[in-house]
Order: sequence, then C-alpha cells, then structure tokens
Amino acid sequence: MISGVANGLFGAGGGTVLVPGLERFIPLETHKAHATALAVMLPLSIVSAIIYTSAAQVEIKWSAVLFVSLGGMVGGVIGAKVLKKLSAAWLNILFGLFLAAGAIRMLTL
Amino acid sequence: MTPDIRWLWYVLVGLAAGTVSGMGIGGGAILIPSLTVLLGVGQREAQHINLLFFLPTAIMALRIHAREKNIEKKGLWKLTLFGLIGAVPAALIAVRINADWLRKGFAVFLLCMAAYELIKGTRAWKKSRRDKCEAAKA
Repeated sequence: MISGVANGLFGAGGGTVLVPGLERFIPLETHKAHATALAVMLPLSIVSAIIYTSAAQVEIKWSAVLFVSLGGMVGGVIGAKVLKKLSAAWLNILFGLFLAAGAIRMLTL
Repeated sequence: MTPDIRWLWYVLVGLAAGTVSGMGIGGGAILIPSLTVLLGVGQREAQHINLLFFLPTAIMALRIHAREKNIEKKGLWKLTLFGLIGAVPAALIAVRINADWLRKGFAVFLLCMAAYELIKGTRAWKKSRRDKCEAAKA
C-alpha cells in the first residue's frame, strides 16, 4: 500500500519501495523481488496513468511520451537481461549518487 | 537546447530510465529528474509521462522475467490489491495539489531513496572486499 501511495503521488518510486519490502517481509530472493515488483507495479501504473490523463490541467506532449517510450522499451529489455549480471554494490552506489544529485537540483530549482 | 534535437534527448533519457526500470529499481527516479532538470518539463507532466512510459517498458521487461521464472506468483494479487488502495487516492491528490509542493515532496523522497541505496551499496561493497580478503588468506 505504501508503494501504491508513492507510485500514485509521484508517478514513480513504487518499485523502489516495494523491492526492499519484498526482500524483507515475504521474504523473496533479490532477483525475484525485482521482477515481482515490476509485475505488481504494472496494474498500479495503468490505474494512475488513467487518473493523470483524465485530470491533466496541462496537456502533455504526446511526442515526448512516444520518444521516451521508444527508448524505454529498448532499455526495459536491456535492464531485464543484465539484472543478474551486475554487481549489486556498484549499482546501488551509482544509483544512490544519481538520485542525490537529482534531488538536490530539484530542491534548489 | 535546440528544439530539433530534443527528440534525441527524449530517446536517450528513456533508454537510461528503461534500463533501470527493467531491473525493477525505479526508472522514474531517473526519468523524472532528467525531464524536469535537463529538459524543463513541469513536475506533474514529468510524472504523467513517466507513468505512460512505464507501461510499454514494463511489459517488455516482464516478458523476459516471466521466461526466466523470476516472478513470484504467490500473493501477487494481494500485493496488487493493497497497492491499488494506496495508488488511487494518491493519484487523485497528485493531480490537484500545487506542482511546487509536488516537486519538493518528490525531491525529499529521492533523497531518502538515495541514502538507502548508498548505505546498502557501501555495506555490500565492504562485505565483498572482506570476502575477497578471506578467500586470499585461505
């Protein structure tokens, strides 16, 4: 439910909350937790996307959606394939640094 | 940024975010800051784009995960149901509140995630170094 709140409110981040949750409470092995989180997130995102689209005050650029999605579909396949081959430690550190940089930039905007 | 190469940026940002998304660790955390900070998209619009982008991206990734039998089906519908109970009211709030608050809230959320990732990563890295040392001794 917490991951649902994150996903609906911010349109993102449900998976980030869900993965550690699955690892700790179910408990699932790391790779399974990541894949299962995706399966849960898909219906949540569909519902949230419908709400966003029906209530949008500012029309989004559909060309942007198209281009981002094109990149995303290729990336989705790459991500799913390399998941098991990556060193988790470095992945966490890189991802964490990127998030921190993005967050600080957004706060000072 | 010149408008004629903007589409390329959208594809590149989507590619990076999709790779992270496919691993199930929050591509939105990459996509949303990239869209707002680099490309000047509004916070709510960026979140909206992220939700739509996630649908085809997740479907592509899920097909591979399903083939490798990495999806735990037990309890899946329960998780989804609880997720929906949280997601619907949250989305209804998100489309109404001030976009500035939304951005600040998202930034704080990102910082918490960043701290969590960094702590986890450093721990795993230290552990792998320790294991290597012990393997070298033995």
